[in-house]
Amino acid sequence: MGAIRLEKVKKTFGTLDVIPGVDLEINDGEFVVFVGPSGCGKSTLLRLIAGLEDVTDGKILIDGTDVANEAPAKRGLSMVFQSYALYPHMTVYNNIAFGLKMAGESKEVINEKVQSAAKILNLTDYLERRPGALSGGQRQRVAIGRAIVRNPAAFLFDEPLSNLDAALRVNMRLEITGLHQELKTTMIYVTHDQVEAMTMADKIVVLQAGRVEQVGKPMDLYSKPANKFVAGFIGSPKMNFLGGELAAKHTCHEIGVRPEHLAVSTESGEIAATVKIAEHLGAETYLHVVADEYGPMTVRATGEVPLGEHDKIFLTPEPDRIHRFDAQGLAVAAS
Amino acid sequence: MENKQTPLGYISFSVFAWIVGLLIFFPIFWMVLTSFKSELEAVSIPPSFISFDWTLENYAEVQERSNYFKFAMNSVILAVGSTLVGLVFAVTCAWAMAFNPTKRTKNALLWMLSTKMMPPVGVLVPIYLLFRDWGLLDTRFGLIMVLFLMNLPIMVWMLYTYFKEIPTDILEAARMDGATLPKEIIFVLLPMAVPGIASTMLLNVILAWNEAFWTLNLTTSDAAPLTAFIASYSSPEGLFWAKLSAASTLAVAPILVIGWFSQKQLVRGLTFGAVK
Repeated sequence: MGAIRLEKVKKTFGTLDVIPGVDLEINDGEFVVFVGPSGCGKSTLLRLIAGLEDVTDGKILIDGTDVANEAPAKRGLSMVFQSYALYPHMTVYNNIAFGLKMAGESKEVINEKVQSAAKILNLTDYLERRPGALSGGQRQRVAIGRAIVRNPAAFLFDEPLSNLDAALRVNMRLEITGLHQELKTTMIYVTHDQVEAMTMADKIVVLQAGRVEQVGKPMDLYSKPANKFVAGFIGSPKMNFLGGELAAKHTCHEIGVRPEHLAVSTESGEIAATVKIAEHLGAETYLHVVADEYGPMTVRATGEVPLGEHDKIFLTPEPDRIHRFDAQGLAVAAS
Repeated sequence: MENKQTPLGYISFSVFAWIVGLLIFFPIFWMVLTSFKSELEAVSIPPSFISFDWTLENYAEVQERSNYFKFAMNSVILAVGSTLVGLVFAVTCAWAMAFNPTKRTKNALLWMLSTKMMPPVGVLVPIYLLFRDWGLLDTRFGLIMVLFLMNLPIMVWMLYTYFKEIPTDILEAARMDGATLPKEIIFVLLPMAVPGIASTMLLNVILAWNEAFWTLNLTTSDAAPLTAFIASYSSPEGLFWAKLSAASTLAVAPILVIGWFSQKQLVRGLTFGAVK
């Protein structure tokens, strides 16, 4: 079991409110991603759950028990660190076995668990090596191995892929998702990469300045962002925000249109613009344009588009894909 | 790599370094040489360099007149004992300062170091009186305490700079893995800091071995280490240079040998953190 509930969890460093008070419900077996720009408090929130930081106020309930004042080891959670945090003086075997040794397990049990974790993670051939003799991806797998042998109530991942190169990152992303499907254990995953968040999560928690901006399924955040911040943070390239005449026409302060929801035409449309840069990726083309009335915008067109610098184009937002925001930046429900 | 030094600069620098090295080494060389001379030759002017009658009689007499091994054993016990006791305190102290620093950690460290700037003679009387009243005069226990406290600031500083280099993540990982604080320190922190701990211990052994002020003032015979052994040869009935040299050679020999074999470790320890 691994249902985690945060009730008014608060963290202050001196006079600085890092987490002003967070309420959050994480169901057993769920893959939850905390996402937000750097410094938004997502790592601090994870460390509060782990017990590596003390809460200033509030409750952390794991399967109904308040663990806010328990030592990290007593919470039954495992953590994978951004830096892997392997013990450099121990072999891979001993790295994975360390937690079990601390728990006083017998040698046979330790051996059995380490071997089976090594098998799942393809580490069997490396058990006698030291972390220094492993590649980044292998080290990350050892860190995961160390986490899974303890059979925790939940896994905590603190930006585990940010030290890996792009190709490896995609692989490990799939491996972690596969692991979650296999183990069905609660996972909390911190990242600043919204692609990781969208692809891996059952539920995304978007944080800004220690506040939860929105909680929901990836596609819900994409199609129904609660405010301008979430709308701008989720989705790549970023959503375009337009005020003026167009917003007035939709009876709101500002409208948001994703780059992929703009139709491009060379003859007519609602927004006249000039192409500044065209990025040709093959499957799609990113057009960075300057609209006559609205300033810089980004357009994502499918396939190869024969446009280049100084070309005049017209853009038309898809009517049912327009997000409307009020003066406070909150989403306005469709009328 | 491009070497910007001119050959002339290189040569003059080397010559200078050799001169300084020889100047530092000369007294030790002269002491060893004198220890093989007769008392008469030891004070003869002009002094003879190699062409004298080499003799071992000073060593024989020194051994006859006083028990070298008793003093040597005391030196070993004091140096090793104060180092081990110091290590227990210094490791815990450096752990707290390196991994749980507060606003005042830097000040506390500087304050600790500042105690080393006070001349020891300034506290001789109070410490002597405490030793007398507590019956610690001429005891190994009492001296171990004084030597350990004297070198504690340096041990804390050295370990602190080493511990600072160890990522906190790894200790947190151990905490998540269920290690209690003592286990976290013993199984994770200490093995990672072995080079630092080794050079700290080494330096402390050398400092304690060579310490002469407190060992001379607080001991008479039972706990007297090699420093007292040497001092006993500069006696009121006249200076016996050759025997004094033989006694000194015997006293510094063990630590010279240790120092020679561990100089790499030692230099690394002393300059650690200075260059990044």
